[in-house]
Amino acid sequence: MLRYIARRLAQLIPVLLGVSVLVFLGMHLVPGDVAQLLLGEKGSEADLARIRHQLGLDRPLYVQYGRFLAGAVRGDFGASIRTRQPVIWEIGQALPLTLELSFAALLFAVVVGLAVGVVAARRPHGPVDTTAMVGVLVGVSMPVFWTGILLLLVFGGVLGWLPLGGMVDEGMMFRRITGLPLLDGLLTGNLALVESNLRHLVLPAVALGATSMATIARMSRSTMLEVLGLDYVRTARAKGVAEPRVVRSHALRNALLPIVTLIGLQLGLLLSGAVLTETIFALPGLGRLAITSVLARDYPVVQGVVLIAAMIFVLANLAVDVLYAYLDPRIRYQ
Amino acid sequence: MTTAAPALPRRRASALAWQRMARSPNLLVGLLILAIVVGAALFAGFLAPYNPIDQAFADQLRPPSWAHPFGTDEFGRDIFSRVLYGARIALTVGVISDGISLVTGVVLGIVAGYFGGAADSAVMRTVDVMLAFPYLLLAMIVVAILGPSLTNAMIAIGIVYTPQFARLVRGAVLAIREQEFVEAAAALGAASVRVLARHVLPNVLSPIIVMATLTVGFTIVETAGLSFLGLGAAPPTPEWGSMLATGRSYMLTAPWIATFPGLAILVTVVGFNLVGDGLRDLLDPRLRGRGF
Repeated sequence: MLRYIARRLAQLIPVLLGVSVLVFLGMHLVPGDVAQLLLGEKGSEADLARIRHQLGLDRPLYVQYGRFLAGAVRGDFGASIRTRQPVIWEIGQALPLTLELSFAALLFAVVVGLAVGVVAARRPHGPVDTTAMVGVLVGVSMPVFWTGILLLLVFGGVLGWLPLGGMVDEGMMFRRITGLPLLDGLLTGNLALVESNLRHLVLPAVALGATSMATIARMSRSTMLEVLGLDYVRTARAKGVAEPRVVRSHALRNALLPIVTLIGLQLGLLLSGAVLTETIFALPGLGRLAITSVLARDYPVVQGVVLIAAMIFVLANLAVDVLYAYLDPRIRYQ
Repeated sequence: MTTAAPALPRRRASALAWQRMARSPNLLVGLLILAIVVGAALFAGFLAPYNPIDQAFADQLRPPSWAHPFGTDEFGRDIFSRVLYGARIALTVGVISDGISLVTGVVLGIVAGYFGGAADSAVMRTVDVMLAFPYLLLAMIVVAILGPSLTNAMIAIGIVYTPQFARLVRGAVLAIREQEFVEAAAALGAASVRVLARHVLPNVLSPIIVMATLTVGFTIVETAGLSFLGLGAAPPTPEWGSMLATGRSYMLTAPWIATFPGLAILVTVVGFNLVGDGLRDLLDPRLRGRGF
């Protein structure tokens, strides 16, 4: 298993190097001069030249890339043009919220998606299955930003059950340990914070996880249908094993494998969706930092955010592959 | 595809295809939905009661009524007319960005799969790197480079979906390349371009058609997402994503502004998903029943 993980980690290095090249060149192709952006309209030619020299922009491209890569390895992406804070600090402030939101969305997608898929597969083409599959079709087709707006309108606006945005109640202070409000609340025993954070998390997590939930429900229904028709399930039923146990212990366990792969694929969707969800729910996460920085042409931050997001995505996929290899030993030996 | 099957008379083959289509309710419902959307786009000029960008300050934020079936926005513009014209933009966006990823992906996939070696390595490593980015972030980089506009958003989404086509086509070509009829054509001295165009491409078309249909819906959603974020269509263009972005500010006072463009996106994407699934069932019976 360790050898498998080492091999997969080694395969990641060229991909991550490729990502860094693409991000670096991409930001170099963006029209406009970083030195000019830093100085604003006031800078003289001499000031511009000084800033360019300070940033190394007057050096050959490959030297600049080398410096960028060396910095990136140390977590140094330079300073934000907009706030003048180190980029890594900005990312550090925003990342925990996105992680918390993505985990909550994934949890919702997996739990509800599996439940819907399994229930639908019990009576294929029956009324429950048909209703579930229509729901799945709508879920897969709904844009995340519209789901978010509708949830806000209904549960935040009309019914008033849940807050309209933010991560905790306005004015609520808390001691930052991990940056994840939920975890920090639990660690410090601040239950008011935990409760407030959970109430704020429900709508964005459901909005973000809805598409993934529908995809997982669809996949788990089709794999469950396949597995429930296999001989060993028939044997279990013939032996007199109770149906819930047949579903839970015999069918579901084997149907889980393809779903694990699907969860890996959903991570990219969640990170993309986070940009939109955080914008709608006014959450100061990584996605919102990315879009604010793109609109403000704050390229050092864009570079840092994209690189970190790609790294998280690649590593999360690796984790899923490792889990898959753990669940299905045949993969390790291929 | 590999063994020569006795050819059916053309009329009988088309009758069979119609019969199979008629037995697929998903495909029929999807086609019906798409026919309505395409009709709305084509005849928006006749169907829309108002000019989609004309402002009428006396009619600001009016709820749905007989005069304005979908209500009006903050500038008094008729949302029904804007949604109809929005169909034109959405379909153009979907077809063009899907076309970009389809053509680029198919060319790259065929080159990688058929020629193998260095070409394959170069293409597939690039594909791996592009797939390492979350979709929207990659699209945002491309828009940052090209500048925010609807055209650039289409190009960005086209680029983002290219790796998926390349990967799919490469896999299909790898399977076909080793078949005897392809080897025979090459042995007879046919040029690579001819072998690819006459023998390889027609045999990998089915999965490409299915994927292209399913992807149109996603490209519409993603481009609307970019417009929603302010990186695509600019006001006063009646684009569904930017209409939703405006509607968000009036969500509690005038919810119809965001409701109808969102519904339009949903219906269109449902149409493409149903047609894509129906086509998959029709063209690849092994996958029948995997969809809705």
